[in-house]
Amino acid sequence: MSATHTIVNLPDQRTATIPKRNYLNNEDGLLSWLFTGDHKRIAILYLISITFFFFIGGAFAGLIRLELLTPQPDLVASDTYNKFFSMHGIVMIFLFLVPSVPATLGNFLIPIMVGAKDLAFPKVNLLSWYLYWIGGLFTMAALVLGGVDTGWTFTTPLSTHYLNTHVVTAATGVFIIGFSSIFTGLNFIVTIHRMRAPGMTWFRMPLFCWSNYAASILMVLGTPVLAITLVLVALERLVGIGVFDPTKGGDPLLFQHLFWFYSHPAVYIMILPGMGVISEVISTFSRKRVFGYTAVAFSSVAIALFGFFVWAHHMFIMGVSNYSALVFSLLTMLVAVPSAIKIFNWAFTLQKGSITFETPMLYAFGFLGLFTIGGMTGVFLGALGMDIHLTETYFIVAHFHFVMVGGMLMAFLAGIHFWWPKMTGRMYPESLSKLAAVTTFIGFNLTFLPQFILGYLGMPRRYHAYPPEFQVLNVLSTAGATVLGVGYMLPLLYLGWSLKYGAIAGNNPWQATGLEWQIQSPPLTENFIETPVVDHEAYDYEWLAHKTAQEVTTVG
Amino acid sequence: MHISPVLWQFLVKWLNASALFPREASTIAPYADALYFFLLLITVVGLTLVGMLIFGFSIRYRKEKHPVAVQVEGSTLLEATWTIIPLALFLIVFVWGALLYFRIYNPPTNAMNIYVVGKQWMWKAEHPGGQHEINALHVPTGRPVQLTMISQDVFHSFSIPDFRVKREVIPGRYSTVWFQATTPGTYHIFCTQYCGTNHSAMIGEVTVLSPDDYDKWTQESTSGMSLAQNGERLFASMGCNACHSGSAAARGPNLAGVYGSKLQLASGSQVLVNDAYLRDAILNPSQHITAGYAPIMPTYQGQISEDGLIDLVEYIKAMQTNYRVQQTLTTSQSNQTAPTTPGTVKP
Repeated sequence: MSATHTIVNLPDQRTATIPKRNYLNNEDGLLSWLFTGDHKRIAILYLISITFFFFIGGAFAGLIRLELLTPQPDLVASDTYNKFFSMHGIVMIFLFLVPSVPATLGNFLIPIMVGAKDLAFPKVNLLSWYLYWIGGLFTMAALVLGGVDTGWTFTTPLSTHYLNTHVVTAATGVFIIGFSSIFTGLNFIVTIHRMRAPGMTWFRMPLFCWSNYAASILMVLGTPVLAITLVLVALERLVGIGVFDPTKGGDPLLFQHLFWFYSHPAVYIMILPGMGVISEVISTFSRKRVFGYTAVAFSSVAIALFGFFVWAHHMFIMGVSNYSALVFSLLTMLVAVPSAIKIFNWAFTLQKGSITFETPMLYAFGFLGLFTIGGMTGVFLGALGMDIHLTETYFIVAHFHFVMVGGMLMAFLAGIHFWWPKMTGRMYPESLSKLAAVTTFIGFNLTFLPQFILGYLGMPRRYHAYPPEFQVLNVLSTAGATVLGVGYMLPLLYLGWSLKYGAIAGNNPWQATGLEWQIQSPPLTENFIETPVVDHEAYDYEWLAHKTAQEVTTVG
Repeated sequence: MHISPVLWQFLVKWLNASALFPREASTIAPYADALYFFLLLITVVGLTLVGMLIFGFSIRYRKEKHPVAVQVEGSTLLEATWTIIPLALFLIVFVWGALLYFRIYNPPTNAMNIYVVGKQWMWKAEHPGGQHEINALHVPTGRPVQLTMISQDVFHSFSIPDFRVKREVIPGRYSTVWFQATTPGTYHIFCTQYCGTNHSAMIGEVTVLSPDDYDKWTQESTSGMSLAQNGERLFASMGCNACHSGSAAARGPNLAGVYGSKLQLASGSQVLVNDAYLRDAILNPSQHITAGYAPIMPTYQGQISEDGLIDLVEYIKAMQTNYRVQQTLTTSQSNQTAPTTPGTVKP
C-alpha cells in the first residue's frame, strides 16, 4: 500500500494545474463578490474581514503589553488604557474568536464535507456577513468617536450609570454581530440535518461537522440571551428602566447571570470548531481514523449541552449562595471531562499511525499542549476555594488566553494551513510556515506562562499601573508578546505571497479522505457536478488507497 | 496532603523567600496553597502524560519508521480509563475546593466586625469604635476579623492576595469575608473588579499589628464617636425615634433587641433580622411591613449614604433596651456610649 501512496502522490503534484474554471474565477468583478450566494466566496469574504479585525485587536494587545512594561502609567493615561483593553476584548471576542472557524472554514467546508452544493440558505449566509460588517462598523465607530471603557463584559452599573463613553454604540455593534452568529448557526444546523448526500449518515460525517454542529446549537440558543442583555443595558442607560439598578429595586447580579449565560457557552462556541479542525488534521497526518470517533463526536455535543449549566462559576465570589456555588462547581468539573476525553483520543489517534509533520500538524501539536494547560488551569478556577484567590487576577487572563488563543487560534492556523491548498489551489511555503508555527508556540508560552505566576502573586487584571514587584514577570510577558506578534505576522506575509507564487497544490495534496479532497482545488462554484454517494466512513484510509489505486490504473 | 510537615515547612519557607510566590500571612493561606500545589501537581502530571504520548507516538510511528498505518477502531477499556480517572481527580478537587470555600466564606462567630465601603476609587474602612481609614486597614494578629462590605456605586472587589481572600463588593447588598492574620506587616489590598478610570489606583494597604500594638492604634486613632453613637444621632435627626419610640402605642415596631431575632411580617413570612435586612427595611420599608403595623414608613432611599446606613444598623444592633431611644426623644445631643450588646466583640 505504501507503494501506491508514492505512485499517486507524484503525478498528482507534478501534472496538476489550477483548473480553468473554479469558484474564484467563475465570475469577475467586485459586485460578483459582494452579491455572491456561494458559501466559498462568503467564506473568503469572512476570512479577509476577520483577519483585518484580528490585527486591529492584536494592535491593542501590543499597546497593552507595551504599557505594562513598566509599573508606572507612562505610555498612556488610565482612561486610554482602559479603552485599549476594552477594544482588545470586544474586537477579539466578537469580531474574531466567535466567527473565526465557523464563518471561514465552516462556511467553506461544511457543505462540501456533507456533499451539498451550498448551505441551506445562501442569501441568509450573505446577510450574516453584512451584519457582521455593520456590527463591526458600529464597534469601529465607538472606537473612532472616543472609545468605550467597560471592558468586553459591559458590566452594570458601571456601564449604565458611571461612564460617559460610547457604550450604547459598542453594545449595538455587538448586538448586530450576534445576529450574524445566529444566522451562521442556523444555516449549519439546517444544512447538516437536511442536505447530507446519499450515504452520508451522521456517523460517517467528519468530526469537523460534528463540532460545528454542536457550536451552532450554542450560537442559536445562547446568542439571543446576550442580545436581550445588551438591549436591557441600553434601555437602562438611555431611559433608566432600573432592571439592574439597586436604587430602583433592580439587581446588578441579574446582569451577571444573564451575561454569563451567554458568555460561558460562548467559550465553547469559540473552542468547539477548533477542536473539529484538530480532529481532521491529526487524523490526516497520522493516516488514521480518529481514535474513538463516536466518543469524540458525542463529547462535542456533551460539551455544548453541559456548557449551558456552568455559567455561575463566574460568580463564586459575588455572593451567590453557598449551595448554588457547590452545584455550579460540580457541573464545571463535569464539563472538564469531555475535554480530557478528547485530548486522549487525539493522542491515541497517533498510535500505530504513519505520522508526518507538516505545518498543520505542528499547529495541532501546539494546540494539544496549550489546550491541556488551558483546560487544567480551568479546573483550578472551578475549584471553589481556589477560585477565590485566583479569579479576577492575571491567572484568569493567562487561563482564558491559553484556551482561546493557545487553543482556538492554534486550531484556526492549523485549519487555514491545512485547507489553504483547497481554498486557493496553491501550497504555502513549508519551511517558513514551520518556522511561524514554532515561533508562535514559543512566543505564546513566553507571553502567558509568567501571567499564571503573576496571578497567584495577586496581580489583578485590567490594571494600568501595578506595584513594582510584579515588573520582572511583566517584562517577560511583553517580550513574549513581541515574539508572538512576529509569529502572527509571518503567515499573513507568506500566505499572501503564496497566492501568486505558491506551488500548485493538486486536488488532494495531503491524501486525505474528506469529500472536500475528492474534488478539484479550488472547487467549482457548484462543488460537485454530480451529487456524491458516500459508501465509507470518515477517515477511511483503506477506501482512499483503494480508490486512488483504481484511478491510477484507469489513467495508466 | 500527605507530605512530611518538616518538608512542608521547608518548602513554604523557600517559596516565601522566592519572588514567585505570595507571602502566607493568614490562617487560610496554607490551606489554599496546599490545594494549589495539588492542582499544580496533577496539571504537571497530566501535561507530561500528554506530552509523552505525543512525542512517544511521533517517534515510534513516524512515516519513515512506520510507513503503513494500522487502523484501530477505538477501545472501550482505554476510553473508560481516561473518562473515569480525570472524573475521579476532578471530584477530589471539587470536594477539596468546596471545603476550602466554606472555610473562607463562613466566619467564626467570635469574629470582630469591620465595615468596608467601596467607592470610585477608594476603600473606606469603618471600625465599630469609630475609627475611619481610607485605603488602609489595621487589624490585629490572632483574631478573626470579619469584613462587612458594600459598594456605594459600582462593583468592586476586595482582595488581599497574601491572605488568599477576596470578595466582590456589590452595590445594594452586604457581602462578607473573613480572615485571621498571622504575621505582622503590611500587605496589598487590591480592587480586582474593573470599576472605571482609576481602577488600578484603588490599592490599599492592610497593616497587621500585634494585639498590643493594635489596641494602641485603636486608642490613638479614635474619633471619639463609635459607629453606634453616630447612628444614634442619625436616628434622632432623621426622626426615626418619633415612631420607633419603643412604647406600646408607637406607630412603628420596637427595635430593642430586634437584631438577630425572627420577625413576623404582615405578608405572613418570617425573616431573620440581620444587617442586610435592616438596611433593606430602611430603604424599602413598604416591602418589609412588620405584622401589626400600618405601611406608613417612608423610604429613605437617596437620603442616607452607605456610611450612614452602617451607623444606623450598628445602632440598632447595639440597642438592647429602649433606654437610649427614650433619651433621644428629649435630647438629640449625646456623647455617651449606647449600651452594647453583650457578646458583641468591640475593639
